[in-house]
Amino acid sequence: MPDMAIIVPSVLNGLTTGALYALVALGLTLIYGVLHIINFAHGALLMLGLYAVYYLNVQFGIDPYVALLIVPPGMFALGYALQRGIIGRASHGRDENILLVTLGLAIVIENLSLFLFKSDTRIIDVPYSFEVVEILGAFLPLPKVVAFAGALITAALLWLIMSKTDLGRAIRALAKERKGAKLVGIDVEHVFAMSFGLGIACLGVAACLLLPSYYVNPQVGHGFVLIAFTIVVLGGMGSFVGALLGGLIIGVVEALGGLFFGESLGQLGIFLIFILVLVFRPTGLLGHKV
Amino acid sequence: MRQLALLGLVFAALFTVPFVVESESWRTTIIMTLYAALLGQAWNILGGYGGQFSFGHAAFFGTGAYTVAVLQVQFGINPWLGLVAGGALAVGVAAFIGFTTFRYGLRGSYFALVTLAFAEVLRILSNTVPFTGAGVGILIPLDPGAASLQFTSKAGFYWLLWAITLAAFLTAWWIGHSRFGARLMAVRDNEDAARALGVDPFRVKMRAIMLSGLFSGLAGVFYAQFFLYLDPGIAYGPAVSVESLLVPIVGGMGTLFGPLLGAVALHAVSEVTREVIGDLPGISLVIYGTILVIMVLFAPRGLSGLVSRLTARMRRTAEGDRHA
Repeated sequence: MPDMAIIVPSVLNGLTTGALYALVALGLTLIYGVLHIINFAHGALLMLGLYAVYYLNVQFGIDPYVALLIVPPGMFALGYALQRGIIGRASHGRDENILLVTLGLAIVIENLSLFLFKSDTRIIDVPYSFEVVEILGAFLPLPKVVAFAGALITAALLWLIMSKTDLGRAIRALAKERKGAKLVGIDVEHVFAMSFGLGIACLGVAACLLLPSYYVNPQVGHGFVLIAFTIVVLGGMGSFVGALLGGLIIGVVEALGGLFFGESLGQLGIFLIFILVLVFRPTGLLGHKV
Repeated sequence: MRQLALLGLVFAALFTVPFVVESESWRTTIIMTLYAALLGQAWNILGGYGGQFSFGHAAFFGTGAYTVAVLQVQFGINPWLGLVAGGALAVGVAAFIGFTTFRYGLRGSYFALVTLAFAEVLRILSNTVPFTGAGVGILIPLDPGAASLQFTSKAGFYWLLWAITLAAFLTAWWIGHSRFGARLMAVRDNEDAARALGVDPFRVKMRAIMLSGLFSGLAGVFYAQFFLYLDPGIAYGPAVSVESLLVPIVGGMGTLFGPLLGAVALHAVSEVTREVIGDLPGISLVIYGTILVIMVLFAPRGLSGLVSRLTARMRRTAEGDRHA
């Protein structure tokens, strides 16, 4: 039994990772809540965001935290265009078609990146990469602490947008009652695309916060996407608070699982949680009929 | 009956391929196309006729492939027995996945997610446990001869694949023409209405996923014997799952000949692109993904849907001419 001196840092580390997972999951749950689709291209788009941050840093010397002003708006535009131009047109009134189209997009984006960026794993070099902060006697890397704070701030911003702005009201109206929203004059296609764009912008924020303490390669999205699915399912499809809590829980489970059982089996734990939750909590899951 | 006659004709013609085609590279191309048709028909049984979209058919494929490989390498068991065991174990995995998901009424996105996760769990497991050779993979020793399910010529492999594929297509035909198939399609089109009419959706879907798993598993056995090498990425990776669903979607879901049409179309496209741009990493998947998006956008009923739409239009214009 490892003592507290190992467990506390491990839990704190898990919380910081979990906050980033939560950010990825927030985008997914926002898209699910409004459009009732599961975006299988989520991981691939996160990977694109990471490459954007990487190249901004390597080519133009832009710090990842400064890139917060560039990458999330760019990802928002990409998400808006994807929904308006491709995903929204593909449904033909059936949700299965959207599943397939986002899967197709994921395959294209991933393999195009493999072709363009090669399969090498890359990291960036920033002066604060190895700085540490002491919290509760544990030493945490500075970028991870920043990421934790950034993820919480983004979640709060998202909540503000959803509850205080006209856009947020329109999104919530659409999520609840599609026909009714249309009747009161909401531009459905536009609001759908705005929600998809917001969800993808979350990935842009996650990418900026992630890269200083992480790496990028064309497959990097895989690990995140199943974890994000797990979180969304765990927290309840479409629930913001659920995604935030779920993210933190999964982060801690992964950290502790890795500590006790080794890294690859720790990952297995996440999938097992995923399958167990999906199978045994169907009432919570099928709140929306699929 | 006309469909069955056409099926007989097509497979009789396919049977003669090794007599007609001498070139080794063409034989390989034809084998890989027929193999894709088998994978596609396996997916089509559950996804096309049953409306349950699996994103993780690699779970069945990899189980069949690893079973025959591990039995040979670790236990020295004859691969003909391995063929039976591989099929049986794949059915077992299918039954397990089906039982856990269908029992609780998971459908649509949830079913796709669960199948994806199961394939991923199996990939990580096969990457970890020692008897599959873990990440290094497993190599089946070369031992040419029909007794060891490794034929000295490509023709032998071809006829083995031909027989399995024929069985898969006959099963699909049977689904299109039996009470079971009618129930399955009723569940696909409207599960609640089907239940109201006395159909038990759980039982129907269980049978469909087990049949589907059987043929995916047999495709895995064939793959292992043909290439004599497996690793977790090949067996349980996303490539097989994607190919399985892409073939019937391109050809036409829920149709008998859709998977054959889709396999031919996809292989023609990927051969041509290989000629034109060369063999670049990931490029064939880029094309597959693009085709998937384009098909869903513009021809959600696949090539056979396009064909029937065109013939219907031609018939309409012909009738229009007659009236005019």
